[in-house]
Amino acid sequence: MKITLNGEEREFGSELTIGELLTELGLQSNRVVIELNREILNLAEALPRQLKSADKLEIIQFVGGG
Amino acid sequence: MISIKLNEIDLQLADPTSLHQLRDTKHPSADLLIVNGFPQGTDCLLKTGDQVVMIQRGALPSEQELETLMMARHTPGVHRRIAKSTVGIAGAGGLGSTIAIALARVGVGRLIIADFDLVEPSNLNRQQYFIDQIGMPKVEALKANLNRINPYVRVDGHHLRINPQNLGQIFSGVDVMVEAFDAPDQKAILTAAHLQQSPDCPLVAASGMAGHEASNSIRTRKIRNNFYLVGDLETAAQPGRGLMAPRVGIAASHQANAVLRLLLGEEVA
Repeated sequence: MKITLNGEEREFGSELTIGELLTELGLQSNRVVIELNREILNLAEALPRQLKSADKLEIIQFVGGG
Repeated sequence: MISIKLNEIDLQLADPTSLHQLRDTKHPSADLLIVNGFPQGTDCLLKTGDQVVMIQRGALPSEQELETLMMARHTPGVHRRIAKSTVGIAGAGGLGSTIAIALARVGVGRLIIADFDLVEPSNLNRQQYFIDQIGMPKVEALKANLNRINPYVRVDGHHLRINPQNLGQIFSGVDVMVEAFDAPDQKAILTAAHLQQSPDCPLVAASGMAGHEASNSIRTRKIRNNFYLVGDLETAAQPGRGLMAPRVGIAASHQANAVLRLLLGEEVA
């Protein structure tokens, strides 16, 4: 499955949910904003969402401090 | 005739006119007379190009006088656009308090600020509070400090926790929204909620400004339409790498300048 992740084409072996992808990337799901095909998703709807080929996924990660 | 500026306003005077003659006609109560940056103890003749400032010590300038000074500094067109704007700031810590002060100084007409926190001693290393404000709600302390800078800026302070349900109501009518939280999960929640609920209102958020890494690693990026992110994107606050005034201040000033550019219709990044 080929998706565009943060502007880069990436290939993943199996079917993945966004939640599984975050785990694979080592990202904490409660610190990210997810944009799938130009649409901002709620975390609750994003995590179980199945990715499919040609999806354009943006993951914006926040770190602490302010 | 000679042409001078008195308190930033252009004036034509008869030649000769002395400093004290000008004071007696324009500001008889002024007790501090400054010519071209230097306080004058004695009378002197004015000449074309002089910049004269007359102050009555302890007296607050009126709203109109302050407006005139701001317009002279910022040009009338820029000043008017800023003055009729409303900016929302979520969080009044190191980022939010510094952004609020920059925006009040530049003359943003109305600030809506929300924060649930109280001023703690450890905040004084970077946040714009004073030692005698420890224990006060931050929004209350910040409102008092902003009022001392420019009492004509309207400040609406909300001492509460922001969530996706109250976000739109508290910040209703803002021209630009600022994310200035500390905790990464709160940053993410606010960003997602704002981008979903108010896609037409620009959001300026921040991520990565801890420690004392290089200043120039902090940048302003456009992430998507109406969403700008300031910071180095990676330097988290953690034990051994705390938040410090200079770098948090750099990020806050990036955010404040992004807000200013948005209000003036300019490209941010």
